[in-house]
Amino acid sequence: MVQTVASIPLAVNESLTIQKRRIQNGKNNTRLSLVTGTHGDELEGQYLAYMVGSFIDANIDLLDGIIDIYPALNPMGIDSITRGIPMFDLDMNRVFPGTKGGTMVEVICSSIVDDLSGSDMCVDVHSSNIFLKEIPQVRISVPTAKTLVPYAKMLNVDFVWIHDAATVLESTLAHTLNSRGTKTLVVEMGVGMHITKEYCTQLFDGVLNLMKELGMWKGETSPVREPIISEGHMVGFVNSDAAGIFVPYASFGDTVKQGDHIGDVVDPLTSKVVEKVLAVCDGMIFTLREYPVVYGGSLLARILQPERGKEQ
Amino acid sequence: MKKKILFSLKSPYREQLDIIGFRFGSGRKSLAIVGAMRGNEVQQMYVCSRMVQALKKLECEGRLADDTEILVVPCVNYYSMNIGKRFWAMDNTDINRMFPGYDLGETTQRIADGIFSKLQGYEYGIQLASFYQSGIFLPHVKMMDTGFTDPDIMRDFGLEFGIVRKPRPYDTTTLNYNWQVWETKAFSVYANATDEIDVKAADEAVNAILRFMCNRGIAASKTPPGYITEIIDEDMTKQIQSEAAGLFFRATEIGSTVEHGDVLGRIYDPLDGELVAEIRTPVSGTVYFAYNSPLINAKTVCFKVIM
Repeated sequence: MVQTVASIPLAVNESLTIQKRRIQNGKNNTRLSLVTGTHGDELEGQYLAYMVGSFIDANIDLLDGIIDIYPALNPMGIDSITRGIPMFDLDMNRVFPGTKGGTMVEVICSSIVDDLSGSDMCVDVHSSNIFLKEIPQVRISVPTAKTLVPYAKMLNVDFVWIHDAATVLESTLAHTLNSRGTKTLVVEMGVGMHITKEYCTQLFDGVLNLMKELGMWKGETSPVREPIISEGHMVGFVNSDAAGIFVPYASFGDTVKQGDHIGDVVDPLTSKVVEKVLAVCDGMIFTLREYPVVYGGSLLARILQPERGKEQ
Repeated sequence: MKKKILFSLKSPYREQLDIIGFRFGSGRKSLAIVGAMRGNEVQQMYVCSRMVQALKKLECEGRLADDTEILVVPCVNYYSMNIGKRFWAMDNTDINRMFPGYDLGETTQRIADGIFSKLQGYEYGIQLASFYQSGIFLPHVKMMDTGFTDPDIMRDFGLEFGIVRKPRPYDTTTLNYNWQVWETKAFSVYANATDEIDVKAADEAVNAILRFMCNRGIAASKTPPGYITEIIDEDMTKQIQSEAAGLFFRATEIGSTVEHGDVLGRIYDPLDGELVAEIRTPVSGTVYFAYNSPLINAKTVCFKVIM
């Protein structure tokens, strides 16, 4: 059943409407909300939403609970290939929890939060941006780690990144919901403006497994992988110092040693290498730049160091 | 006056970005003024350019206080301005959400760090600010309530209103907030327009900043008399939303005193011309913000009234 979460008339003969689809079966009222499309250039979740919805439709007897699928929190952004909210140039994930008496965007965010609150679990799927490619991972802030890490492990991701909570992240959907008692996991995977079928399939298996663990899925599930948890690890950031074109020599997921040559920044005009990019530490490359044009400061890679005491 | 490059950044395909600052006087760091950090803040850059002219004159006439240094940075982000974008040209990030910055971080973090390192240590900081939504403001001064800056100092601008805002989480990465964390008394001056020049409002902003400098002992300058500033909490302002969408016509002027129930604007159906809504104020007060775009969505904040 398709339901309207928020609808606001736009200037000329159209409304901005946020929709969800509720799939319900059995007597169990456990509710999982699958949310995506906050950033208009992140599309991995679109295919995941389709996969989950179509599979459950075809196997509805195995569902014992409620799954709400919100494919597009920012439908105008997806429709116009705009990361933020068109017209406002705002990052929607910096406007939560919103307010009923505020601007249009704040009103919408407030309605979304009201609708999602009370879910037993919420999975908020992002896919990096057009600049970086990420391995499937769950990101959790330190204060919520104790509660959320056990659920994150169920999602069949490769990595769970527990990071310090910056105050600016208090404006995110996940922070808002978690602070209101609705457990919310943020997934990052793939790259902007693409669909990586392999990752969507991986997370699809994770969502079914999570549903099984929540007692709302009676069907078979595939075994899930044990993710690396960032506790005890350090993350090394490789930023460009020069401007030019980044050409990687290492591949996504490679294990590298500190000082390894992982890429070059080159100048197409002078045909010179303007920066030899080296690994800042030992470890696995879990983020790699996808978009070649770089400025000083552009993020090129993130490297997950081996657990302390387990360095090779 | 000394014109200096405060921070440079190489681009793969454009001339190097050089952020320019104008220094006046010498000695104790008294006042820093920052204009456009976004590509559409033309009015903010214009006000700063007018301040450069005014300060040149004051310096030549020996009317800056002894042991005083003033820095003016008219435009941080001209890369975006030159290509008609609001945020950073490459990745659409907002420099004014990157403070205090990070010298080993991403590009706009490095820009914020580079500029902030030059803006620290001043006793006072003034940012020419804009609002993300299309609209016009009654010139006013605003400060964030971090507990560091005394709101009464806003009276020295002589603008009609000084507004105290409680910081929200997303404010903690702005220049204004971080200035205060690093012990600069920081204020935001709103000079009505953003992507177009309003000369009258710019005059008012320039006079307000000069008045502030006189009152704070930074310079001796003749300015027209200002207002006795009313200091109010942002909670004392009422945001009025549109209940319909369509073509928007404003029926009141900025600065008008309105009574409860007065019509402030009207919305017409864009296709058949029927009146679909009248926007009436639920409170009495002074209109200090008005939406000014011809198209309006429902639930748009179209007026703000100081009660």
